[in-house]
Amino acid sequence: MAMIRVVLPAHLRTLAGIAGDVELPVDGPITQRAVLGAIEARYPVLRGAIRDQVTHRRRALVRFYACRQDLSNDPPDTPLPPAVAGGTEPFLIVGAMAGG
Amino acid sequence: MSRVRVLVGTRKGAFVITSDGARTDWNVRGPEFGGWEVLHAKGSPADPDRLYLAQWTDWFGQVIQRSDDGGETWQPVGKDFAYEGAVGTHLWYDGTPHPWEFKRVWHLEPSATDPDAVYAGVEDAALFRSTDGGASWQELAGLRSHGTSRDWQPGAGGMCLHTVLLDPAGGGRILTATSAVGVFRSDDHGETWTPANRGLRSEGMIADPEAPVGHCVHRIARHPSRPAVLFMQKHWDVMRSDDAGDSWREISGNLPSDFGFPIEVHAHEPDTVYVVPIKSDSEHYPPEGRLRVYRSRTGGDEWEALADGLPQEHCYVNVLRDAMAVDALDPCGVYFGTTGGQVYVSPDAGDHWTPIARDLPAVLSVEVQTLP
Repeated sequence: MAMIRVVLPAHLRTLAGIAGDVELPVDGPITQRAVLGAIEARYPVLRGAIRDQVTHRRRALVRFYACRQDLSNDPPDTPLPPAVAGGTEPFLIVGAMAGG
Repeated sequence: MSRVRVLVGTRKGAFVITSDGARTDWNVRGPEFGGWEVLHAKGSPADPDRLYLAQWTDWFGQVIQRSDDGGETWQPVGKDFAYEGAVGTHLWYDGTPHPWEFKRVWHLEPSATDPDAVYAGVEDAALFRSTDGGASWQELAGLRSHGTSRDWQPGAGGMCLHTVLLDPAGGGRILTATSAVGVFRSDDHGETWTPANRGLRSEGMIADPEAPVGHCVHRIARHPSRPAVLFMQKHWDVMRSDDAGDSWREISGNLPSDFGFPIEVHAHEPDTVYVVPIKSDSEHYPPEGRLRVYRSRTGGDEWEALADGLPQEHCYVNVLRDAMAVDALDPCGVYFGTTGGQVYVSPDAGDHWTPIARDLPAVLSVEVQTLP
């Protein structure tokens, strides 16, 4: 079992009552699907806030970054970078930029 | 001495504003859920410390909050609004079939008798009910599966079910209103539904101005002592029904504009009605830049302007459909919030107005609780 670091946006940390970054044990291959499943299992209030509760499609204005790469549109079962799986780099969940 | 608690939902959070019965000194607390849109918050008539609140952002979706201590603390409850059965389609803006898709909750209507029972009107238009204090939600699917629903089509503001009127005596009658669809009524606790739009005319808005569905109803209000008498602010036209929605007649009378969003009824005078005229459907601000509430004491047709204390020049705010409410004190207090972030109160039924907050985010909803 790997320990994965996850950084959530401020609104979701407040909603889930999280003070800082999250460290999560994740079983099996370290993928987007596995990490999001582990987050939602620990913080059920986040179900539906990052991805659709039923289809598991990423919400349109949420982004996934790690190791300076945009992983938002990767298939959910693609392995995450080794540095994320090894716990040295965080998996970043980010609210998309809003501006104009 | 009685107290009032005003629940204000704004574009960037909720505010809880309180006063004693004099309604002259106000304590403003908030924002709660800062940065989230709070489309609506409302207290249970059966337990005034039980509050329900709908928070949403485009980023992170829907959250429902519940308070059991009058808004001192909140806890998130269920937010799984899953449409019942085969989802089906309605019409999209381009006229093609589009699957029903939950976007957000517009209105929460707690039961008059059971603090754990609450209804949610949502976009895409549907009605949900919870009987466990918001922990879980079940769709009253008879409404969305009505034979006309495949032809429902959203307007510019989305296809939102925004008004839910429950039987004040706890019976089985429910009335809903949905933008660009109209009024539907159930007489069997939400199992089956019929359109209740006869008499509405939407000239130039829909192909058949008197179609049974397709009318852009903005809000319905009534007095609890006379549940069959309904007052409606439609996209254009202020309307009245004396038969629980079987038929409607226009009561716009001498209003300077019959476009608007909210409508409300005096707490003690069932024929005293309030609206806020807005210039037009493309100019969402008061006529002549003068913010005026209009009051009818005759159940419609004859209206008087109420402007004392309201800005009478250069005022270009809007007052949204859920942003007006009355308290149950005597004299009746009337409250409304604006898209400019002002919340106004009249502690004398509309004769005089004063701001109780001036610089909040755009106000989306105002509800008032009268407390012992």
